[in-house]
Amino acid sequence: MAVNLTRRMFLAGSAAALAMPAPAFAQAKPVKIGLLTVKTGPLAAGGIQMEQGTIRFLKDKNYTLAGRKVELVIGDTGGNPAGTKTKIQELVERDNVDMIFGPLAAFELLAISEYAAQAKMPILSLAAAEDMTQRKPNPYFVRASGTSAQYMHPLADYAAKELKYKRVITIADDFAFGHEQMGGFQRVFEDAGGRVVKKLWPPLVTPDYTPYIAQISGVDAVVQGFAGSNPLKFLKQYQDAGIKIPVLGNGTAGDEALLKSYGDEAVGMISCSGYTGDLDTQSNKRLIDGMVKDYGNIPGLYSAGLYINGQVAEAALEKTGGKTDDREALIKALRSVSLTDTPRGPFTFDHLGNVVGTFYIRRTERKSGKLVNTTIKAYPKVSQFWTYDEKWFLSQPVYSRDYPPLKS
Amino acid sequence: MKRGTLTALAAALAALAAVPLWVPGTYYVNIASQILLYAIFALGINVLAGYGGLVSLGHAGLFGIAAYTGAKILAAGGGHLAAAAALAVTVLAAAVFAVLALRGTGLGFVMITVALGQIVWGIAYRWISLTNGDNGISISGRPSPFGLSLAAPRSFYWAAFVVFLLALLSMVVFVASPFGAALRGTRDQPRRMNALGYNVWMIRLVAFLFSGFWTGVAGLLYLYYNQFVSPQAVALTASAEALLMVISGGTGTLLGPVVGAGLVVVVKNVASAYIERWNFVLGAIFVLIVVFMPDGLVPGLGRLVRRSTARWRPQAAAAAIAPRQEARR
Amino acid sequence: MSLWLLLAVNSITLGGLLFLLSAGFSLIFGLMRIPNLTHGSFFMLGAYLATSLIAHGFGFWPAAIVAGIGVAVFGGIIERLVLRRLAGAELAQVLVTLGLSFMVADVCLMVWTGDPIRIATPPGLQGTTAMLGFGFPTYRLAISAIAIVVAVGLWLLLDRTRLGAMIRAGVDDPAMARVAGIRVSRLFTIVFCLGAALAGFAGVMGGPILSVYPGLDAEMLPLALVVVILGGSGSLVGSLVGSFIVGFLYNFGQAMFPEIAYVVLFLPMLIVLVVRPQGLFGRQPA
Repeated sequence: MAVNLTRRMFLAGSAAALAMPAPAFAQAKPVKIGLLTVKTGPLAAGGIQMEQGTIRFLKDKNYTLAGRKVELVIGDTGGNPAGTKTKIQELVERDNVDMIFGPLAAFELLAISEYAAQAKMPILSLAAAEDMTQRKPNPYFVRASGTSAQYMHPLADYAAKELKYKRVITIADDFAFGHEQMGGFQRVFEDAGGRVVKKLWPPLVTPDYTPYIAQISGVDAVVQGFAGSNPLKFLKQYQDAGIKIPVLGNGTAGDEALLKSYGDEAVGMISCSGYTGDLDTQSNKRLIDGMVKDYGNIPGLYSAGLYINGQVAEAALEKTGGKTDDREALIKALRSVSLTDTPRGPFTFDHLGNVVGTFYIRRTERKSGKLVNTTIKAYPKVSQFWTYDEKWFLSQPVYSRDYPPLKS
Repeated sequence: MKRGTLTALAAALAALAAVPLWVPGTYYVNIASQILLYAIFALGINVLAGYGGLVSLGHAGLFGIAAYTGAKILAAGGGHLAAAAALAVTVLAAAVFAVLALRGTGLGFVMITVALGQIVWGIAYRWISLTNGDNGISISGRPSPFGLSLAAPRSFYWAAFVVFLLALLSMVVFVASPFGAALRGTRDQPRRMNALGYNVWMIRLVAFLFSGFWTGVAGLLYLYYNQFVSPQAVALTASAEALLMVISGGTGTLLGPVVGAGLVVVVKNVASAYIERWNFVLGAIFVLIVVFMPDGLVPGLGRLVRRSTARWRPQAAAAAIAPRQEARR
Repeated sequence: MSLWLLLAVNSITLGGLLFLLSAGFSLIFGLMRIPNLTHGSFFMLGAYLATSLIAHGFGFWPAAIVAGIGVAVFGGIIERLVLRRLAGAELAQVLVTLGLSFMVADVCLMVWTGDPIRIATPPGLQGTTAMLGFGFPTYRLAISAIAIVVAVGLWLLLDRTRLGAMIRAGVDDPAMARVAGIRVSRLFTIVFCLGAALAGFAGVMGGPILSVYPGLDAEMLPLALVVVILGGSGSLVGSLVGSFIVGFLYNFGQAMFPEIAYVVLFLPMLIVLVVRPQGLFGRQPA
């Protein structure tokens, strides 16, 4: 059992130091980054990777950004909204962090968004909830990963235009993340001449997908949008059922960190993600080498995402000259970050704080005995609105289980 | 109650009342608020589990019904109506739960409550037009009863403390009342109670309503505190956790649920900041409680205190010796 | 037509897996009246142990047996050290078994990390078998066969052996059984170990279908509870029938009524319990 006493003792000491009237030596105080992650329960896999990615970045930078020392405070939310609320209060009120990385899940983020905005706390999260940067935007929110549908728009385009698929069935977990993904896929796919024949929604906790798999037939492809460990379960059961229809996957299904758990059932799957392991940038190499050395794991979108958040924070701090007292200036700096050498390649943020960057279509293949993703097409400068006009997009309802409606 | 216990209790309550004044920071005030609201939830469950012998694993359903109803009304601009309406709906739901659950006894009762809780959870997840699914419902700002703002952590804490005192008081009255005695009777000897002419079913139903009422109050406090409710609040784990608070603190005691709530909230929120494997620790604490104090923390600690202070109380020491002599006969 | 056939066969195969999962719980609850809420953790622990054994070169079937034994040993330790002193204290049993499940879940997370682990289908049972014009996953058919073998084995044990007779005596009247000279305490330990072994073994059997991941225990426990409730605890026939009923409800319910997919098991369970509180095959409470 790890007891993080050293970090706590440091905090206690610095709390005592901070209790005294502080002279205007902003550089002496460390930048405090709070990490909200999930380290217990079913979401732990992604949460632990988030922690590893963050620590990996800070180690690469020697825990120093823009000339200031960095202190990382980690909060385990337990994967539930009430726990997330408590932990963010701990980070904001007790630990006085300057910015927050995480949380992991959309439902956690939605529970704390208003609190964070009131506290003017910048949040850099991977949670893909669409409306966080669309119809109910949080002005202190920065998302370097993408919205749920942002991962699927390019996939739909590729499926319709390059793979020439005409009919698909979608299957995803029956919750907001699944709905938003498939809504996005459907819109672009059908605008390009394809048709979504059926949408299947197994509950988030489904031991046996067979009742759904049994309904898959007569289409060119199956589009899956599962998260967590569900893609593994689904693909295995899919292969066992003997169905040969090709599978298109979302970012979490084809995630590099999950590849080691698959067997042959994943070979040939085509997925779309904002991060791809075979991207040839210096920072990606550093990230992969560092993760393999420290943890023995290939990084996936969770670790890469947090590594990238670290880079965004660093770039913003360099813009503000290392200062974090002026929150407005900090969030402005964060949103104006524009980077090229990152594990996901070049990107910027739009005026709502969401990333505009490259999304990669990859095929899962077996090379020298291991499963890897090979990029087959890159879509640069993808925004959350795809090629649609922003005003029009925002005037439409948010993607949901029944929107866009099925054409039948 | 003996004078010593009474003064101890008064001192504890005074300390609780003054929490915002002596804890180091608003974060701890918020933790204390959470302890109070979960204590009310646990007290509600204890009415049935402790005094009625009816273990419910579906009370998170009632908790959630109150929170969701309140959220919907507040989001639609309801204001003061929200609390009253939410409680009314919850008590109604409790009546439905009771009628269905009381069909079974023992494990059957438990499983019916599980099923009911799971059904409410399924509705919360699936009926998106009503509950917004797993995105949950946010309310902006806390309501201001009687014009007093609850936005600040201190104000919320004191409001929660007042509600907690009311809940505790109602429990005291309930336990001491003939109804409370009747309920305990139905727990210990249901057939004899029936033979004596008591309507066992009706007694249990009313107890369920009483329990449902306070569970609903806790649900509303949860909503006001978090300003957010989502299906996770209605899940089986939420019911299980609340039940664990009651059992670990001591069922059938007044303060057991309060202590249990404090234990779980502190380990989950505060200890988790220092101990990475806090889940393991929480589980281990439960196991240790069962091994060393099987009827809960409050009775167990009470015994410890009595034994260690016995040397200062000669009458108590003599009393401690006498029963042993009795047993030897 | 083909959809219904597929669903029907899958109902039977899923029922087989559910029987393996819930037989142990039914046994423990039926005999010792202990609501063993650590049951889901036994299932998950067995599966995790098997992944490690397989990674160290064990075959699938030896790994399943060894994992089952490992979980049985663990169960035995729990029974002797903790549960033995809690006879009749139902709430304490709930608390301790839940506490243990937290501990087991966290230890599994520590040892095997949070990544899901795939268990390969054992060679020889991979692929599909042609039956009635369709292909059905061979492994799943094998599970149903294994479930029947286990059911028959348990029946033989309970009905035809002296040990079984003693167990049944212990179920019906522990006090009289003691008077008749039966070492009820030792019997309880044996039964608990057997129940735990079944759960661990079931976890390995389920591995190629479900894989292993954190949260598996919390997903499986409600299923076991539903089966036992529908079938009636302590009744072997009840568990078997309950498993198949749940298998059918699950498959047809999810396919035909996706609206109520979340409650497709609990709604019928509620209806059965309200109408017949002791379950379909349970005895009337004394």
